[in-house]
Amino acid sequence: MSFLIALFWIAVAIAGALTAGWLFLKIAASVTRGGTARALRSAPVTAGFGMLVILLYILVALLAPVIAPYAEREVVGAQFLPWDSTHLLGTDNLGRDMFTRLVYGARNTVGIAFLTTALAFSIGSILGLLAATVGGWMDQVLSRIVDILMAIPSLIFSLLLLTIFGTSVVTLILVIATIDSTRVFRLARSVALNIVVMDYIEAAKLRGEGLWRLITREILPNALAPLVAEFGLRFCFVFLMISALSFLGVGIQPPTADWGSMVKDNAALITFGDVTPLLPAGAIALLTVAVNFVVDWMLHRASGLKE
Amino acid sequence: MTDFITGGLSRRGLLKGATALGAAGLILPASVRRAMAEPKKGGIIRIAFASGNTTDSLDPATWDSQFVQCFNTARNCTLTEIAPDGSLVPEIAESWEASADAVTWTFKIRKGVTYHSGKSLTPDDVVASINYHRGEESKSAAKPYVDPISDIKADGDNVVVTLSGGNADFPFIMADYHLVILPSADGKIDPMTTDGCGGYVLDSFEPGVSVKMTRNPNYWKTDRAWFDGVEILAIVDAAARQNALMTGEVDVIDSVDLNTVALLGRAPGIKVLPVAGNQHYVFVMDTRAAPFSDANVRQALKWGIDRQELVDKILQGYGEVGNDLPIGRQQPFYNTELEQKTYDPDKAKFFLKEAGMDKLDVQLSVADSAFAGAVDAGVLYAERAAAAGINIEVVREPSDGYWDNVWMKKPFCASYWGGRPTQDLMFSVAYSAGAPWNESFWDNARFNELLIAARSELDETKRRDMYWEMQSICANDSGTVIPMFASYVMAHSDKVGIPEVVGANQGMDGLRAIERWWFA
Amino acid sequence: MSIIWSMISKRLALGLLTLFVISIIIFGATELLPGDLAKNILGQSATPETVAAFRKELGLDLPAHTRYINWLLGALHGDFGTSLANKRPIADLIATRLSNTLFLALYAAAIAIPLSLTLGILAALYRNSIFDRAANAMALTSISFPEFFVAYILIFVLAQSGWFPSMARMDASTTFTEALYRTFLPALTLTLVVTAHMMRMTRAALINLLASPYIEMARLKGMSPARVILKHALPNALAPIITVVALNLAYLITGVVVVEAVFVYPGLGQLMVDSVSKRDFPVVQAVALIFAAAYVLLNLTADVLSTLSNPRLIHRK
Repeated sequence: MSFLIALFWIAVAIAGALTAGWLFLKIAASVTRGGTARALRSAPVTAGFGMLVILLYILVALLAPVIAPYAEREVVGAQFLPWDSTHLLGTDNLGRDMFTRLVYGARNTVGIAFLTTALAFSIGSILGLLAATVGGWMDQVLSRIVDILMAIPSLIFSLLLLTIFGTSVVTLILVIATIDSTRVFRLARSVALNIVVMDYIEAAKLRGEGLWRLITREILPNALAPLVAEFGLRFCFVFLMISALSFLGVGIQPPTADWGSMVKDNAALITFGDVTPLLPAGAIALLTVAVNFVVDWMLHRASGLKE
Repeated sequence: MTDFITGGLSRRGLLKGATALGAAGLILPASVRRAMAEPKKGGIIRIAFASGNTTDSLDPATWDSQFVQCFNTARNCTLTEIAPDGSLVPEIAESWEASADAVTWTFKIRKGVTYHSGKSLTPDDVVASINYHRGEESKSAAKPYVDPISDIKADGDNVVVTLSGGNADFPFIMADYHLVILPSADGKIDPMTTDGCGGYVLDSFEPGVSVKMTRNPNYWKTDRAWFDGVEILAIVDAAARQNALMTGEVDVIDSVDLNTVALLGRAPGIKVLPVAGNQHYVFVMDTRAAPFSDANVRQALKWGIDRQELVDKILQGYGEVGNDLPIGRQQPFYNTELEQKTYDPDKAKFFLKEAGMDKLDVQLSVADSAFAGAVDAGVLYAERAAAAGINIEVVREPSDGYWDNVWMKKPFCASYWGGRPTQDLMFSVAYSAGAPWNESFWDNARFNELLIAARSELDETKRRDMYWEMQSICANDSGTVIPMFASYVMAHSDKVGIPEVVGANQGMDGLRAIERWWFA
Repeated sequence: MSIIWSMISKRLALGLLTLFVISIIIFGATELLPGDLAKNILGQSATPETVAAFRKELGLDLPAHTRYINWLLGALHGDFGTSLANKRPIADLIATRLSNTLFLALYAAAIAIPLSLTLGILAALYRNSIFDRAANAMALTSISFPEFFVAYILIFVLAQSGWFPSMARMDASTTFTEALYRTFLPALTLTLVVTAHMMRMTRAALINLLASPYIEMARLKGMSPARVILKHALPNALAPIITVVALNLAYLITGVVVVEAVFVYPGLGQLMVDSVSKRDFPVVQAVALIFAAAYVLLNLTADVLSTLSNPRLIHRK
């Protein structure tokens, strides 16, 4: 019976989410004009839901101090208080307000993940496309360097680097971005390799197009789809990486709230059937699903399919 | 981590009492009161440890975690044993006596003890085993403790040890888990041997994974080693360890995760076993470096910490509030009149003002390898100290390399101590000027003078006054904030029989759970 | 075909070079880490004299380049030496753990690869349908949970009820079926972790091709959507799919230390992390090289297959 009730609530939640997504699309389409509005009108409901969630997360991240009832690091009472009206989601292991930590977590986690992923993609895709287009020694050198870096297991490699260089947020971003960029490089290169043998690239080369123009105008647009899909996943892998690193003893500096570390700190509770760790984990999952719904939509548009 | 001899041991009457105890033989403490739960033989016990590393070795010089310490204590014997109640009882040494100045010690070696290989234990083995830890070439973690031995030799059935200076605590040192007796040839032991004379024979040892042992049928103790066999596992992840206990895949676990200990205690068939000892967690300042060179700043930091909150939230109540003293309340000469420091931001502010400041910015380096919950404890400390105008920036250092990179290098960091059996040992090791582990580089002339004077003072009242004064100086002037004493917290299935008195000198019943516990 | 063979031999030679460079990087990194084995084994209680004596016994007092060259000479002769910490021959230490690691990786791959390819193709075929969205959302949710958390949830649901053991203990007497049963939860955890990535890449690569003129052509000829995808789109989408499968396979071999820790599974990852933390350099080197070799070989296989799948690459000018 409880299973059926759970199913019912899941169905209600999905229906609510889809309705919210639909409403969001309608409203967004009515306040925008031209191509954007057209695009929004044709967007699937899931994409609308995804955009709504991303927008909400951005708002929460920007307005964290306004929304959160307490300060990020403030100890407000005993540890593990139950959910009530003063502490919406109870308190954590040190007696800090869980809701407040989650709200501030949005700001830190999303910020760090976005910066890291953006950096990884800038480095990885530019070098990857360059290697595939230029070929020859450039391809050889870059590919060998990436091969070497990738052949060292990423988690253990980042553990090594963070132990050597310390665990400030900047080093964390740089280390994860560097390691992630090798994965992006490999994908970008392999996709671009299939493109550079196309006839239209030959034509562009014969036209005398410069390297930069060739990459940005001819190759990148056609390589974008798999790269965008990868972006959606890499983005969420950053949370997981931070979480795994804090599992192994290096992570974000306290008392900064961060979902990855919050999952790790409370994870053991799940084995007693306590749902607390599901809150930060759910926050990550929701964002991942939302981002990838939007990515799917963009992928669909980029592919040029009309159906 | 190695913490030598720990726990609340009594020094009183040791010199005279030792032989008497030896003559009394092995009477298990509390064996009378335990009438209802008589130990019985049988069963294979499965124990999971939080430690255990793939780099673990059989070499006694390197036993650095509870995993190796515990199984090797079951495989081997030492000269003396610290009983669950903290007193010293004979093991391989049947009895011992000291010269009047406590410089020469004579240990009478038990006869008829055989190794698992069938070889008989001889006084020469004892000499070789102790010598392995001594001398220039020694890499043993126990070297500082056997260094005072100037000569050790076999003499008939006895082993005679000459020290470079009188030490009434010497037999306690011989109970250290590193100093096991191994078979020797030509005056040397083979440190990698799998042989031993303890209650359990080693069947297999897979470093960082598991150990299997079976009962030694020829064990000379008749009232020990109840289990038919032992299986020891390394389960580093705290949640995995608890799960293994709850799903019945192991019977005993050490280092229970305190965050979930209340939930674990509620699980059917599982009992939590906390044992209060002298283990304490500290925040230590480098007293040579500004601003900690100012005693007022140190006082301000000591009044700005909420000790009770740390005991409640970091130890979940499994411990006691500390008073900036490395001495347990039950230890002799504990200063009962010393004011207990509480959380008082006004007092902290007052001391800051005395130091000529109205606010203070410091960095506190922490990692969970200093002690479980050190990062969280630092965060709580910072949160409370802020009310006194002390701004503590908590820096989480990598756990890896913490003792190398941070401890005694960064000016303000977290650390822990297992405690020492006597005040003299504790203060000499970590608080006297120039001691290698004086982590706060504290140098208080009056304190150092009293420490030396008290060591040779025979008048109990005068000695008590000296120790009381030292404790007062230590609590108020030293660079060490000691907010809490942490209990050892283990958990076991209710099928396991536990003696009424459990050893507190180390975790796992003084590392001897394997030979002391049984299946009910 | 000769181009393939020359590519393979060239890449194998490069692979050896890669391994050599990695051995230098790993050695350099372990040198840069604070402290050495002597200090780490003796820990907080180390005094300068004992550390010095221990270092001398281990040969850690020699200059770094001498130690590296000594190690390299040994390795070139196929002798990886013994663990500094417990004197065991490294070959012995690694043998069982390597087979454990490979067993778990293959087990998880045997579930995950067919599953994710099927789901990916179905999702591309029925793109934007409810099935597509649901499969996507579920896959995404499963990878947005950290591995150890997925593991805890599985333990809570499947181990505490007694269906599967919460520890994946293996020893010499474990039979094959027993091993499959004991390692089911870790394999399932890893499946959940890698499936989404491969499935989404399959779907994306297929959809990317669906707007191509030749697909349009096939469709106009009246081919069924399933045929279009399997016959025309899939062969051309193979390169990125193979790449992502190879990446995930490499991950299953080299990146599962967290799952090993939770399920108490004696694999290579835990050995590597332990050895790094104690600075047991010869063991770190050996494991790092095994990981690197696994990666290089998988990578090479992926590239060879990708090249074979695209005739234009074979005949590249």
